[in-house]
Amino acid sequence: MNIAAQINSILAALVLLTAFGLLVQRRIYGLLHLFAWQGLFLSISTGLVGYVARQHHLYISSILTLALKVIVLPYILHTLIVRLKIHKEVETVVNIPTTMLMGIALVIFSYHLTAPIRELSTLVTRSTIAVALATVMLGLLMMITRRHAVTQIIGFLAMENGLFFAATSATYGMPLVVELGVGLDILIAAFIFGIFFFHIRETFDSLDVEQMARLKEEE
Amino acid sequence: MTLIILLGVSFFAAIVLAFVGDRRFAPEINILGSAATFIAGVGLAVHVYYEGPMIAGGNFFFVDAFNVYLTVLTAFVSMTTAIFSRRYMRREREHGRVSHWGMRFYHAMFQLFIFAMLLALLTNNIGVLWIAMELATLSTVLLVSLYRTPTAIEAAWKYFILCGVGIAQALFGTVLLYFAAEKVLGEGGEALLWTNLIQVSGQLEPTVLRLAFVFLMVGYGTKVGLVPLHNWLPDAHSEGPTPISAVLSGLLLNIALYALVRCKVLVDLSTGTNMAGNMMMGFGLLSILVASFSLLRRKDIKRLFAYSSIEHMGIATFAFGLGGPIATFGALLHMLVHSLTKSSIFFTVGHASQMHGTQEMSKIKGLIKGNPLVGWGLVFGVMAIVGMPPFGVFTSEFLILTATMKDAPLLAPLLLLGLGVAFAALFRRVQPMISGAVPSNQMPVKASHIPIILHMVLVLIIGIYMPNFLSEWFHTAVGLLK
Amino acid sequence: MNVFSPLFVMCLQFIAVLFAAPAFAGWVRMVKCWFQGRKSAGLFQPYRDIFKLLNKDVVLAENASWIFRFTPFLVFGTTVLAGVIIPILSIDLPLSATADAIALVALFTIARFFTALAGLDIGTAFGGMGSSREKTVASMSEPAMLMAIFTVSLVSQSTSISHMVNVIAHGEFVLRPSLAFALLAFILIALAETGRIPVDNPATHLELTMIHEAMILEYSGRHLALIEWAGMMKLFLFTTLGIALFFPWGIAAAGDITFLPVAILLLLIKLFFAGIGLVLIEIGLAKMRLFRIQEFLGSAFLFATLGLLSYFMLE
Repeated sequence: MNIAAQINSILAALVLLTAFGLLVQRRIYGLLHLFAWQGLFLSISTGLVGYVARQHHLYISSILTLALKVIVLPYILHTLIVRLKIHKEVETVVNIPTTMLMGIALVIFSYHLTAPIRELSTLVTRSTIAVALATVMLGLLMMITRRHAVTQIIGFLAMENGLFFAATSATYGMPLVVELGVGLDILIAAFIFGIFFFHIRETFDSLDVEQMARLKEEE
Repeated sequence: MTLIILLGVSFFAAIVLAFVGDRRFAPEINILGSAATFIAGVGLAVHVYYEGPMIAGGNFFFVDAFNVYLTVLTAFVSMTTAIFSRRYMRREREHGRVSHWGMRFYHAMFQLFIFAMLLALLTNNIGVLWIAMELATLSTVLLVSLYRTPTAIEAAWKYFILCGVGIAQALFGTVLLYFAAEKVLGEGGEALLWTNLIQVSGQLEPTVLRLAFVFLMVGYGTKVGLVPLHNWLPDAHSEGPTPISAVLSGLLLNIALYALVRCKVLVDLSTGTNMAGNMMMGFGLLSILVASFSLLRRKDIKRLFAYSSIEHMGIATFAFGLGGPIATFGALLHMLVHSLTKSSIFFTVGHASQMHGTQEMSKIKGLIKGNPLVGWGLVFGVMAIVGMPPFGVFTSEFLILTATMKDAPLLAPLLLLGLGVAFAALFRRVQPMISGAVPSNQMPVKASHIPIILHMVLVLIIGIYMPNFLSEWFHTAVGLLK
Repeated sequence: MNVFSPLFVMCLQFIAVLFAAPAFAGWVRMVKCWFQGRKSAGLFQPYRDIFKLLNKDVVLAENASWIFRFTPFLVFGTTVLAGVIIPILSIDLPLSATADAIALVALFTIARFFTALAGLDIGTAFGGMGSSREKTVASMSEPAMLMAIFTVSLVSQSTSISHMVNVIAHGEFVLRPSLAFALLAFILIALAETGRIPVDNPATHLELTMIHEAMILEYSGRHLALIEWAGMMKLFLFTTLGIALFFPWGIAAAGDITFLPVAILLLLIKLFFAGIGLVLIEIGLAKMRLFRIQEFLGSAFLFATLGLLSYFMLE
């Protein structure tokens, strides 16, 4: 294993760590910081892979990630949090140790699921595919276990991070047109959830999604 | 050239409408844009009909018999919906349910939605297909919450989150697909082109594709509204404005199914098994059964028909999964007639609920006496959707059932059970609404005649006599999908 | 010469553990005082404390059984024994063949088990409460500890601590995410095991929060001296174990006696920084509520497991 692959593994480990951090973090600013860190690790990893594999379009992806996931989205979320005056604790539904155990189970699951890809791949990044899928799964778990609108969105974005990472590690990134399109979609999504936060706040007086349970299966 | 017009018109119209806002002539521009799109779609169809499949825009676009008919269908239903929404939304605006900004938003997003759907259909790149699908979701999310009621916001949030999660799985599947394709086709955008993929499908790594399909199935399956993943669908349909329910049900579900079928063909060719097809059959059958039994307990009229959409998408998914020329032919036809019928039903349902100021079925009464067009429209729509002859749905369901009897006889009773229950449930619910005297709380409404009549006539024509060009198209598409 | 060198190393470690441990504890207290703007009692205060306690009479409760009297000696003995298993100065330890990492954890567990029994033995409220809390912490920290050690042993394919240290110190240098995770887990566990903030506070006797202190509240005289001394050794041992497993560079190789002075010097430097690091952690964190401890140790377990998984996934 050469040094670049080692550094990449470390970065992958950090991405995974931040994914777990997001899963158990209660404070909303803490979540935001962790999310930004995850984006940063992802961006560095993408840039590194681009350099090592001489895939120069990955530089663009790396910069895109840096701009979008580390600067723009956290900034938008931060502004929203300030405007909506929510900086209290975020509650979890399932208790944290159980969530962690579920997370570990998901990591093992992802490892098994990606085994065929790892065997077929010849890229230096092949070992990180499992981590990428695990990040997606952990984001999913976060969206299921959390009941706060902002937290769910961060889970959604963390999932998107995992997908991005998967693309980089499995195939050195998707074609540029696709990556740009995905980035654009995320940006649009960001504006939409921004609007949503205000609507939810206006209507429910809180961003706790738990209160949105009126549409139960037939009243 | 027609392609550019086709896509350009809706995109341009979206921008124009964003500026026009709530002016008097905004709905007319909306209709005009949709009509232009429809004409371009017909032009494209004629072109493809005479000259065969075409690739354009430097491999970026690909049109064959399968997607061209969906393109025309999409353009057509969006045009009629635009016509319908002129009167419908004006009334909603007058009753203060939609704000000034809401109207501006509604029109712009409607066109953007059409653009996204057309892009999803016409693109040759499965990565772009994903992007367009996501764009279609995003453009409708805020339309579902247009009324700003707590339930509407809840429904939209659910739609946003669930479809976001689902479509993320589809992206992972796409990444895996690219991974497999890159090994054969080399790096770069070429490896995601459908036309290239289908040529080398035999060489793609089966294990990877199998894994990819699981993710694609979950991802696009969420958007199709297949059963364990269907939670968002009834909410989004019932809480959004009716024109949006009509296009969601009639078009978006179709597009998602289209994406799924494209992937299924690729995967089954690569693995040499019917694994993808079997998965689709399982999900489809489950959707039919769960949805038809759920129909029995509905109280909200739009939720009722939303569940009916789940059921019908289940039928089409099941049929595509079954494969074989008859079933595939039936599935293609079913997509077409369901789309026409269901959007027409939603038009009448929209007027009916406007007349009574509620969507609760127990409070809707005497529709035929109150407004014959709405009442009879609903009657014929429901007759068509449950599969009574001579409507087109009967033809497609009959074909699918025949194919099931032949290829999977054990599943045929289950399929029949689902259809039977849906039949009973829908009639039980609809009959009290149409008959009886006009209740005191009913208000008169100016219904849109053209869309409802047009749709029903088309479904009837397809049921009685299928035009030659249509069956030829379907035959070609069946050939593509085998 | 080669026959005696392991014995010599063992004796040296024996002495080091016995007599350097109070100094390290003193160092940690000193740094903490500085950071908190207080005047420190100096590096040698722990020695003076132990000496003073050794000269005092033992006051025994009337209903104290043999367990209560026996425990301090047992705790002291097992801790010293642990000190000659862990490669502190050299990996050339005669006992490393007989006692591996699992035995080390077991030694600490024995000591803890008897301390808890002794806490119950007297029958006071505090003793029982302390014992129950201690076992709560132990039930979660021990699996995590084993997980963390297994992660390191995966890398070296052996559970013998000397062998693990040898592989990491003298093998090819590789950046390993698994070791990084294991280190994180180890730090959390070490904080819990040695009763530091944020799990326990060694300096408090506040009944609501104390864990370890509550168990040994009834001890006095030389019994207390032994227990306190063993506690300091435990802190020292966990620090040196961490150093040996994760930063072993500079440890003497087998049979290399001439390198020992350098190894001692390097160890001193590492301990110097380890003490500062510990204080920084303690100052930066607040004592957790008892019910949060399960989350704290849960994350230690999580890190350890992730280390284990990332060994397979990423390496």
